[in-house]
Amino acid sequence: MWEIIRKAAEQNGLVAAFAIVGVIIWFSGAISRTLTFGRVHGSAIAIFIGLALAYVGGKMTGGSKGLADLALFSGLGLMGGNMLRDFAIVATAFEVQPAEARRAGWIGALALLLGTILPFIVGACVARAFGYSDAVSMTTIGAGAVTYIVGPVTGAAIGASSDVMALSIATGVIKAILVMVTTPLAAKFLRLKTPRSAMVFGGLAGTVSGVSAGLAATDRKLVPYGALVATFHTGVGCLLGPSVLYFAVKYFVGA
Amino acid sequence: MIIYGTALLAFCHLLGIILGDLLGKALGVKANVGGVGIAMLLLILARLWLHRRGWLSATSVSGVHFWGALYIPVVVAMAAQQNVVAALRGGPVALLAAVGSVVLCGLFVSFINRMEPEAPEPQTEAETPLT
Repeated sequence: MWEIIRKAAEQNGLVAAFAIVGVIIWFSGAISRTLTFGRVHGSAIAIFIGLALAYVGGKMTGGSKGLADLALFSGLGLMGGNMLRDFAIVATAFEVQPAEARRAGWIGALALLLGTILPFIVGACVARAFGYSDAVSMTTIGAGAVTYIVGPVTGAAIGASSDVMALSIATGVIKAILVMVTTPLAAKFLRLKTPRSAMVFGGLAGTVSGVSAGLAATDRKLVPYGALVATFHTGVGCLLGPSVLYFAVKYFVGA
Repeated sequence: MIIYGTALLAFCHLLGIILGDLLGKALGVKANVGGVGIAMLLLILARLWLHRRGWLSATSVSGVHFWGALYIPVVVAMAAQQNVVAALRGGPVALLAAVGSVVLCGLFVSFINRMEPEAPEPQTEAETPLT
């Protein structure tokens, strides 16, 4: 019986991956509702579970592709691989309403730019302080501090190693979770009251999941405004990361 | 037809990657420069153009929305195949980089929002000329 199940999962890898990820997300949603009362977004928990499973898979096989190194879960490699990942990210751009975005005017664009450059500088400096002193690693980790999507997209474009990529994603995920948890607590300090302030926040805080979950826990009305700017974040980051920012790091590091 | 939306997405994706590769070549790097970002801009422009002409049916749109909605699940699958074992050896890097950027950005949000004029009228704000 087990043999039949195993064979079915291995021969239908991508389908099995849909089923596995569906279960992970359902489970995460339940944890989010019952244990954290919705404060930590289900998607953040799901990503952490994914990373935890990757750790287990890595320990079991000694390979570099986490859970996807186990034949039973090889479909995760296709589902979470570059092709489908980029395809899904591009699709999210469809929800952006440029006319509404332009209402925030220059302040939204400024926040977006600062929200890309500031975390990048912090990430790249921390990376260097810990001995990741080559331009590719510094850029990848810096990009991870922008969002957990910009990190791997940038890393893949400039040829970063898998462990640096994982570090970059971990940085982005920790950032997203910090934003989710601390936004409602810091709402007063951040002056999150108006649509404009939410747009500034969306631009600077980055991560769509962090921004939408953080704003949802602060004031539901502000969610679309913050998310609107935040959805540009990945695009701006993916555009600047492997290009301007990478060249800038290369210039400063001289390698 | 749902496939029209998905095909539009696919064309934008491929064109973005191709343009990113060409840009990389023009800049002299052996890398794709901003291909995904270019693809996103293309999709936004394509949507505006098609919408204006009324060529965007609800079913076509759902062919794009489906993939956009798969974004989080795909990221979960991506997380599950990362080299976490290796990443944990550099633990403090991720934590420090994340805390540092959140604190710095939080300070900037607070600073910029303090410059906002008190109680702006949402209606007039919407009619402010575009810059």
